[in-house]
Amino acid sequence: MIDVGQEPETYRQSQGALNQSFGLINTVLMLSSSWFVARALRAARSAQGAAASALFGCAALCGLCFGIVKFFEWRAAFAAGHTVNTSNFFMYYFVFTGIHFMHVLIGMGLLAAMAIYSRSAILGERQLRILEGGSCFWHVVDVLWIILFALFYLIRM
Amino acid sequence: MSRITVVWALLVLATLASFTLRHGAAMGFRTATVTILVIALIKVRYVMLDFMELRFAPRALRMLSEGWIVLVGSILVSLFLRNAQ
Repeated sequence: MIDVGQEPETYRQSQGALNQSFGLINTVLMLSSSWFVARALRAARSAQGAAASALFGCAALCGLCFGIVKFFEWRAAFAAGHTVNTSNFFMYYFVFTGIHFMHVLIGMGLLAAMAIYSRSAILGERQLRILEGGSCFWHVVDVLWIILFALFYLIRM
Repeated sequence: MSRITVVWALLVLATLASFTLRHGAAMGFRTATVTILVIALIKVRYVMLDFMELRFAPRALRMLSEGWIVLVGSILVSLFLRNAQ
């Protein structure tokens, strides 16, 4: 904000090149995946292994869709000639959303593992703590995206 | 509808509201941006309270987390107001 705030014209121009609809879809996907995770955890606590597993799976699916949208979004940006070197805005944009996406990938791995792990309806305290930990990781990924979405796509400098 | 689902629906609505605001037509860009930032932090708060179950966490943890949200929000808003021309 400090750096790119010095160049509001660049901010507006670069921001204008972003696909807002893709950003919006991705935000709804992230929020929905967190919703699935919250429900999955509740199901796991009530010993509903099958439901918990399916819900973690749905969350992972949302993550996958997020990745697919991101792929098209970045591809369009590259096709239009925007890269990390185009402007400060784009440098920050690619770096932050790129790092965020790496965490999405890690999170998807965790969700897949939790989907398998939660299948067994007999979950003790220790197992539930593990599920809670993995769930928290994913929620933080969601929280970060909420902020990134606001900063890169929405705000006007 | 469970609380989690209600929260999710409100989060999506808040997202759509922010998205509409970004056109800045309804209010000046400064007000729109501050509103967008505040809405974002409120969304973060509810993800923490209801999805991450902060509501049921020990008071110290909850206060720390809410404090973080207020801190980050204040920093973002003041950085924006200082740097926006």
